[in-house]
Amino acid sequence: MTRSTKWLVPTLYILFLMLPIYGLVSMSFKTTTEILGGFSFFPQEFTLANYKVIFTDPTWYNGYINSIIYVVINTLLSVTVALPAAYAFSRYRFLGDKHLFFWLLTNRMAPPAVFALPFFQLYSAINLFDTHLAVALAHCLFNIPLAVWILEGFMSGVPKELDETAFLDGYSFSRFFIRIFIPTIAAGIGVTMFFCFMYSWVELLLAKTLTSVDAKPIAATMTRTASSSGYELGLLAAAGSLTIIPGAIVIYFVRNYIAKGFALGRV
Amino acid sequence: MHKTQNNKAWWLVVPVLILVAFNAFIPLMTVVNYAFQETFGDNVFFWEGTTWFEQVLRSPRFHASLIRQLVFTGMIIAIEVPLGIAVALTMPRKGLWVSVCLVLMALPLLIPWNVVGAMWNIFALPDIGLLGYTLNSMGIDFNFTRQPISAWMTTVVMDVWHWTSLIVLLCYAGLSSIPDDYYQAAHIDGASRWAIFRYIQLPKMKRVLTIAILLRFMDSFMIYTEPFVLTGGGPGNTTTFLSIDLVKIALGQFDLGPAAAMSLVYFLMVLLVCWAFYTIMMRNEEQ
Repeated sequence: MTRSTKWLVPTLYILFLMLPIYGLVSMSFKTTTEILGGFSFFPQEFTLANYKVIFTDPTWYNGYINSIIYVVINTLLSVTVALPAAYAFSRYRFLGDKHLFFWLLTNRMAPPAVFALPFFQLYSAINLFDTHLAVALAHCLFNIPLAVWILEGFMSGVPKELDETAFLDGYSFSRFFIRIFIPTIAAGIGVTMFFCFMYSWVELLLAKTLTSVDAKPIAATMTRTASSSGYELGLLAAAGSLTIIPGAIVIYFVRNYIAKGFALGRV
Repeated sequence: MHKTQNNKAWWLVVPVLILVAFNAFIPLMTVVNYAFQETFGDNVFFWEGTTWFEQVLRSPRFHASLIRQLVFTGMIIAIEVPLGIAVALTMPRKGLWVSVCLVLMALPLLIPWNVVGAMWNIFALPDIGLLGYTLNSMGIDFNFTRQPISAWMTTVVMDVWHWTSLIVLLCYAGLSSIPDDYYQAAHIDGASRWAIFRYIQLPKMKRVLTIAILLRFMDSFMIYTEPFVLTGGGPGNTTTFLSIDLVKIALGQFDLGPAAAMSLVYFLMVLLVCWAFYTIMMRNEEQ
């Protein structure tokens, strides 16, 4: 392919990615009558009414708050426990290490549909049903293995001499880990947090199964509204458009880490 | 890297172990419990042995959704991998456009799965959606709620839209780890575009591509939310994949025994394929 036409492939690809998003966003600015009246590329009667409903009705905006709370808890929890474990896997050989690593990965492979009902029973039994913590803990099932996997890749890229020099200089393990090692793999931690955020933010099946009112995620609010109050497409489109924003912000922050980081880590 | 033998490293793994085991062992044991027993509620169980497994493995319904699942997974991997490689190869390497491309391409990955389904539902609506309206006004008869072929096409294109970027990002990472010297050397040798791809770029992408295919296999084999919101498994059962079928049996009909047996069969299949992949990957890494 010549240099002059090379930009065409990514451009067409990005156009393909943006079209459905445009369809959603433009629909969120239309009135219900206009939506049901037929197709229009641009909103004819531009309205913010759909967004107004979401920002004034607590059942709507609490959905966003609930989702963000459990996603943040899950991301912090997953990365915190995965850091020492990934260090162990990247630096030491220990009894059963390979089996343990594969067992961790198998949990990333478990279809959530398999676990939906048992999770419901388990978290009801320990009185965590309908709390943010329940969803955050349940999402650990697939996010911790992923975090360990990514971090292990990044850590293996750091030469072992770094550890040895620090220990010779009299650093204790915890001081070395927090002061030297974590700053060294900051990019890796950024990428890992991005992936944990991503998988926890987009998952719905478990989040919906484990909540009813107090911790209900925005995604579940959307599905229920879609079925209960007829088919309010404009409202649904507005709620959907708003769920894109947190993701876009997170990508913006880690964009340089992704570009630099992907090559270092294994994912 | 040379690793030191140190069994004390177990202590570093303990927190992960506790959290994951809590989420994995207890629910898995519940599933196993249901798979071998019959219950009429009240925590009373009767031993059923392998009855449910035989029932599931012989049921035409399970075979049908398994075949649909395999066809779907095969199709999306066959489309997404070459497309992802092509986009990664043609992406800009340096400058402002790299960030712009990365941010825009990663966007679909961070949209909640039910919103992806809802978005494509709206996008493909025959009279009022952008895609549906355009296709119909071009004279193509398209209605994804009634025609199985339209429903399949929409589901496949939706998945391509949703996940190709993951492959692009991984391949891009592999490509950017190639030093410029390699290209210069190839240029001096007068290597063709194809030779550069075959002998420099593809080997560098091999590891990330293995991971990409592994991830796409796992995730597409578990796909539930997007097709459920888009088509609800219909028209008829034509887009009912394994997870949708499983949830229908377990939570819709509350047939816990067969559902649990199906869960275990399902999980074992995913496990087997991933184990094969993992072994191949580890062998490659050791070389």
